Amino acid sequence: MSDYISHDHEDDGIDRRGFLHCMAWAGTGLLWTISGGVLASRTLAQIAKAGEDSLPSATDLSFLQISDSHIGFSKEANKDVTATFKIALDRINAMPTPPAFLIHTGDLTQLSKPEEFDTFDEVLKSCQTKDIFYVPGEHDVLGDDGKLYRERYTKRVEAKGAGWYSFNKNGVHFIGLVNVVNLQAGGLGQLGDDQLEWLEADVKDLGTSTPIVVFAHIPLWAVYPQWGWGTSDSERALGYLKRFGSVTVLNGHIHQVLQKVEGNVTFHTAMSTAFPQPAPGTAPSPGPMKVPAEKLRSMLGLTSVQYKQGKSALAVVDSTLS
Amino acid sequence: MHTLIAKSKTVRILFAISFLFLTHFTLGQAEKEGAGDGTKKNQIVIKDFHFTPQTLTVKSGEKITWINRDEEPHLVVSVEKQFKKSPPLDTDQEFTITASAPGTYTYFCSIHPKMTGTILVEK
Repeated sequence: MSDYISHDHEDDGIDRRGFLHCMAWAGTGLLWTISGGVLASRTLAQIAKAGEDSLPSATDLSFLQISDSHIGFSKEANKDVTATFKIALDRINAMPTPPAFLIHTGDLTQLSKPEEFDTFDEVLKSCQTKDIFYVPGEHDVLGDDGKLYRERYTKRVEAKGAGWYSFNKNGVHFIGLVNVVNLQAGGLGQLGDDQLEWLEADVKDLGTSTPIVVFAHIPLWAVYPQWGWGTSDSERALGYLKRFGSVTVLNGHIHQVLQKVEGNVTFHTAMSTAFPQPAPGTAPSPGPMKVPAEKLRSMLGLTSVQYKQGKSALAVVDSTLS
Repeated sequence: MHTLIAKSKTVRILFAISFLFLTHFTLGQAEKEGAGDGTKKNQIVIKDFHFTPQTLTVKSGEKITWINRDEEPHLVVSVEKQFKKSPPLDTDQEFTITASAPGTYTYFCSIHPKMTGTILVEK
């Protein structure tokens, strides 16, 4: 990877590539701002230096994304995922301005066991933010195609099919998609015809200025198809969203922050609260990555998203648990 | 002395016989364990998100066992639903089926569908 800065939109001495590079070792928080489809990024250290004025001012809506809790996992990469999940919730509770709601982008559990869901729910009781929206990960639908998951987490949102739904908050349209069921041999994540037809109808009557936030477990862009990190029919879904001025896609699954901008669409993946996974193609497989104990929390984290009415920009901030 | 030598010869012969038995036994085990790489006969090892061997040839009526050596769970599913699917296999858990009618059986991991494998069942 080159160390040269190729896109320095804000003349702040760092570009996206350099930023991701830093993430590999620094584990510091990140601020992503999107303005008119152009992405810029600064470290939290740089923001602190520049003063609070450099942060987005009063926001109309702020929410948090947490992902990949994997409750039930107890291997070398993190023998106590319940503890790190709790630390993430403590961080949320300590925020000066509480988020309006949480989004969990899947893999709540490791093996979809009822007792794992029980532990997840029990720990979550400590979270002061009670409004939580979910999409399932492949670990949440093992054995029963997600029946238990849906009974517990999607009844209140009147989810359709395998658990997809949409809702509106402060003029932003949120869409929760499911791409972890009925997967085909040799394939990637999949949305399926029923869900795609529903999506087309769901956004049909929305004005193009409506900000859209899509969230799903497996990335809706081809992060690394060799490891299954992509969704086979995501292009069709994105086709229905092309006409909108601001689309933010939030995913989990790969346990690391990656971001890409394509036209008016910003793709973003979140860290896990359980264990890191290797960067695409850097290991024999995408399995849990073992790091020294003192480094673990710097590779786990959560994502904060802020929206200000009248602006197309949504600010996405990743912060670690270290 | 003579007697001692005779005894020594007897001991040597006994040792030789034991060695032959041991060799035979060990070879027998090696045959049972397949390629000598620690895998049992008709065993498919799941490691680093791959099924090994990728293609397994068995006789009808023989048992086939998958064993998961990853820290990630895997779930074995027949593409054409020709055999029952496994439960989610956590680390070191096994799943066994008995090969039935001769033919080609393709399967994959329904959690990580990039992982695929084939079983050829002969008469």
